[in-house]
Amino acid sequence: MGMGNGKPPIVEIAHLSKSYRRGSQTIPVLEDITFDIADGEFLALMGPSGSGKSTLLNLIAGIDKADQGTIRVGGVDITSLSDKELAAWRSANVGFIFQFYNLMPVLTAFENVELPLLLTGLSRNERREHVDLALQLVGLSDRVDHYPAQLSGGQQQRVAIARAVVSDPAILVADEPTGDLDRVSAGEILQLMDRLVHEFDKTIIMVTHDPRAAEKARIIRHLEKGILTDSDGQPASPVAGS
Amino acid sequence: MFLLKLIIRNAFRHKLRSALTVVGVAIAILAFGLLRTLVGLWYHGVEASSATRLVTRNAISLVFSLPLSHKDRIRQVPGVQAVSYGNWFGGIYIDEKHFFANYAVEPKSYLDLYPEFVLSPEQKGAFFLDRKGCIVGKRLADTYGWKIGDLITLRGTIFPGQWEFVLRGIYRGAEKSTEERALMFHWDYLNETLKKTMPRRADQVGFYMIGVTKPELAAEVSQAVDGIFRNSLAETLTETEKAFQLGFVAMTEAIMIAIKIVSYVVIVIIMVVAANTMAMTARERIAEYATMKTLGFGWVHIAGVVFGESLVIALSGGLLGVALTFPASHWIETELAQFFPAFPVSMTTIYLDLAAAAMVGTVAGIFPTWRGATIGIADGLRRIG
Amino acid sequence: MAIPFSYSMRNLWTRRLTTVLTASGMALVVFVFAATLMLAEGLRKTLVETGSYDNVVVIRKSANSEVQSGVDRGQASTIESQPEVARGSDGRLLLAKELVVLINIPKRESNKPANVVIRGIAPASLLLRPQVRLSEGRMPRPGSAEVIAGTSIARRFKGGGIGETLRFGMRDWTVVGIFDAGTTGFSSEIWGDVDQLMQAFRRPAYSSVSFKLQDATAFDQFKKRVEGDPRLTVEAKRETRYYEDQSEAMAKFLRIMGITLTVIFSLGAVIGAMITMYAAVANRVVEIGTLRALGFQKTSILAAFVMESLLLGLLGGVVGLFGASFMQLITISTMNWQTFSELAFTFTLTLDILGKSLLFSVGMGFVGGVLPAFRAARMNIVEALRST
Repeated sequence: MGMGNGKPPIVEIAHLSKSYRRGSQTIPVLEDITFDIADGEFLALMGPSGSGKSTLLNLIAGIDKADQGTIRVGGVDITSLSDKELAAWRSANVGFIFQFYNLMPVLTAFENVELPLLLTGLSRNERREHVDLALQLVGLSDRVDHYPAQLSGGQQQRVAIARAVVSDPAILVADEPTGDLDRVSAGEILQLMDRLVHEFDKTIIMVTHDPRAAEKARIIRHLEKGILTDSDGQPASPVAGS
Repeated sequence: MFLLKLIIRNAFRHKLRSALTVVGVAIAILAFGLLRTLVGLWYHGVEASSATRLVTRNAISLVFSLPLSHKDRIRQVPGVQAVSYGNWFGGIYIDEKHFFANYAVEPKSYLDLYPEFVLSPEQKGAFFLDRKGCIVGKRLADTYGWKIGDLITLRGTIFPGQWEFVLRGIYRGAEKSTEERALMFHWDYLNETLKKTMPRRADQVGFYMIGVTKPELAAEVSQAVDGIFRNSLAETLTETEKAFQLGFVAMTEAIMIAIKIVSYVVIVIIMVVAANTMAMTARERIAEYATMKTLGFGWVHIAGVVFGESLVIALSGGLLGVALTFPASHWIETELAQFFPAFPVSMTTIYLDLAAAAMVGTVAGIFPTWRGATIGIADGLRRIG
Repeated sequence: MAIPFSYSMRNLWTRRLTTVLTASGMALVVFVFAATLMLAEGLRKTLVETGSYDNVVVIRKSANSEVQSGVDRGQASTIESQPEVARGSDGRLLLAKELVVLINIPKRESNKPANVVIRGIAPASLLLRPQVRLSEGRMPRPGSAEVIAGTSIARRFKGGGIGETLRFGMRDWTVVGIFDAGTTGFSSEIWGDVDQLMQAFRRPAYSSVSFKLQDATAFDQFKKRVEGDPRLTVEAKRETRYYEDQSEAMAKFLRIMGITLTVIFSLGAVIGAMITMYAAVANRVVEIGTLRALGFQKTSILAAFVMESLLLGLLGGVVGLFGASFMQLITISTMNWQTFSELAFTFTLTLDILGKSLLFSVGMGFVGGVLPAFRAARMNIVEALRST
């Protein structure tokens, strides 16, 4: 298992460990994880609650700090970056999709998608082009001026996906993207993510409980008590593609 | 621009809560402005007084008088340009509630010393000619609807009896701060009546007003005047009109200090209320702030959004409060004319109002801003999951 | 079925920061509310204790105060001969012909001059005012330039302490005694021999005649006769009434200030409580839905939220009163602008004020909490449960 698609790895994780403190106790979440993710991969991370899959996703996305080990993304060791460098790196390289969409309720669909572009040097017109393109991609060109509260869950998640891809990052991370959606909407969202991988060469790392969502992924990795296993429940081989 | 849009939309997201907070801040700013104006009024007399006028009175205290014979000796002091004199009359119109200042003065010299009491030449002439004549300020005349030729009766408290005066002139103040609620009449009228009824108290004046040629001479002249009468039966105390007024104000300082403290307390109260609102708001939005951070926004941006929201709400309240200050002061001027015939809100007060509102916004925003700026992304996101 | 009281308590505890902020806002308001009441009470107490009901003050007609008044020797003798004047155990009249003037003396701390009442007294003056007693030194010897000072003067004015001298009327006066007059207005006065002072100030007339009534109910009869007597131009007032009139303007000012401030401040605090309680309701929608689903009545929900708000108010009230009780240590000294003389009074806390303040704080809590509580009670169960 853990077969790549033949392309070089975009994410290289080595000996990654992370634990949380609760009071005087230290609770290990991830223990010595080592694996690679190839460029253009669609990977599903599965596992029971508390298995550490969301933590792993956060670490890869650069919104949480590891205790030990390294994460190289596109050749950059993000564990060595400062908070400020990390923020700049995220805005250029990672797009986020959340279970509860996390749209700004006071901003319209257009403005929500525009948000990440404000951190780039793009002009107003250039931003408009990008946003229009992204909304067109997710099929919401007719909902530009709607506020999140005026959209259905599926539509909100599509706005969130537009926001994730608008700055053209190489990697998309998705935390239970279908967790709050009905079956039909969930299907549409997965379809859309599939298109992003195939037509736009994005790498998607998705944490999910949903077996149907996992089915769409090309590779499924399991986490159990902080240890990566292959789908048979055996410890995975440390190097992808071996 | 975009952040500003976000701030403003955030500020009015919870319409009820924002409205309540804005109203709260507005009330506090209104109270602050009115209290400040009240304190300002206390010092009103000080502002209206001139640096070239000196007041000479009995050194023991105000209730003791000085002999009229002091006048000629004061006039001989170098630097003295003019001397006038008079008595605080303390008469009561109708009853104690209708209080206004009234003096017996030597008319010609007094009006010469007070060019800010503007009177037409005809009215001035008529006042000088009529020994029982009096003049009043415009505001006072308006309050009681007095017209030239009206008879005004005062009941004496210091000088017993019913005293009748004929209104001969209505003066206007040349400056905004000029007292327009006073009545002045001939000192001779008072003195001649006293000669008949209580000769012991005749030929006594309550105060001398001295005009000096140059303000720089004030101290010198004061010393010279007091020096003449040192160790006499009626020692004098001479000071500038300003110092004299300040002395009065200082005696009631305790109350002014209390009002000043209260005006700050009201700001502190609203600061607490606003801080509470902002803390609640920020707590509810932690996930949003975390999302923004995820997208690559730095702590500066988040801080700006939270802090900006706090400022927008506080300043909205401040502006509303300032806007309400004007009708409120007008209401006080009309409804509480007995206490506050004029209740002018100064520009300084308005600036202070806005500064206070900005401070409320700043203080209320500090803690939530810090929370929003320092929240760990993973922590912030977990709150909604 | 009522929701347990501890539910309301725990909710306040859970949202500690908000609770503390809201309660401190209310505490400040209660503090101001109580402080203004205490100030008015302090002034009232000073006035009530200064005057005695069976003492009469006679001053010149239309003179509002002793300072403005003048009663010549002839008139004073006429009053002295009235039958209503009481006699002491030694058979002497309990009547004092006094001189009251203002003198300007600088304060110790600020060196700013203030007007102080100096009273020329007769032997009966002390007997008329049992609340005044010599606490230090001795009484002035008749015919000498000696005075005694009230405790408040001794403490706050230059030259007012025992052994110190004051200069006025071209003479130096030695302070040979300090008298304690409690919280009455007399403690802000300086007393000396009336004849000596009249000489020094060259005043031929007394300011007032004070005496004790033989029969406290005989006042009206005395007043009628004396004020109707063509030889006299005086008016008589009971001492209690006289001192009340002296500070009417001050009392009114304090009252109006107090009411205005309290209204404005409580608006602010009620708004604070309302914001807090609305947020409390909004944060607990699911919880409220659950309670309703479990079978609690709307009224129970209403009661629980109102209770929470009342507790919040009470907490503010207790803290505010705690702070206000320390104000009792402070003495306000200011010029009474009716008499131009110095008047000192302290913040005074009474049980009545305590009760009023607590009631007021709970009232603020109620007003602030009742609308949010209604919102909580009227919530639709299904929608409440569904919301996240």
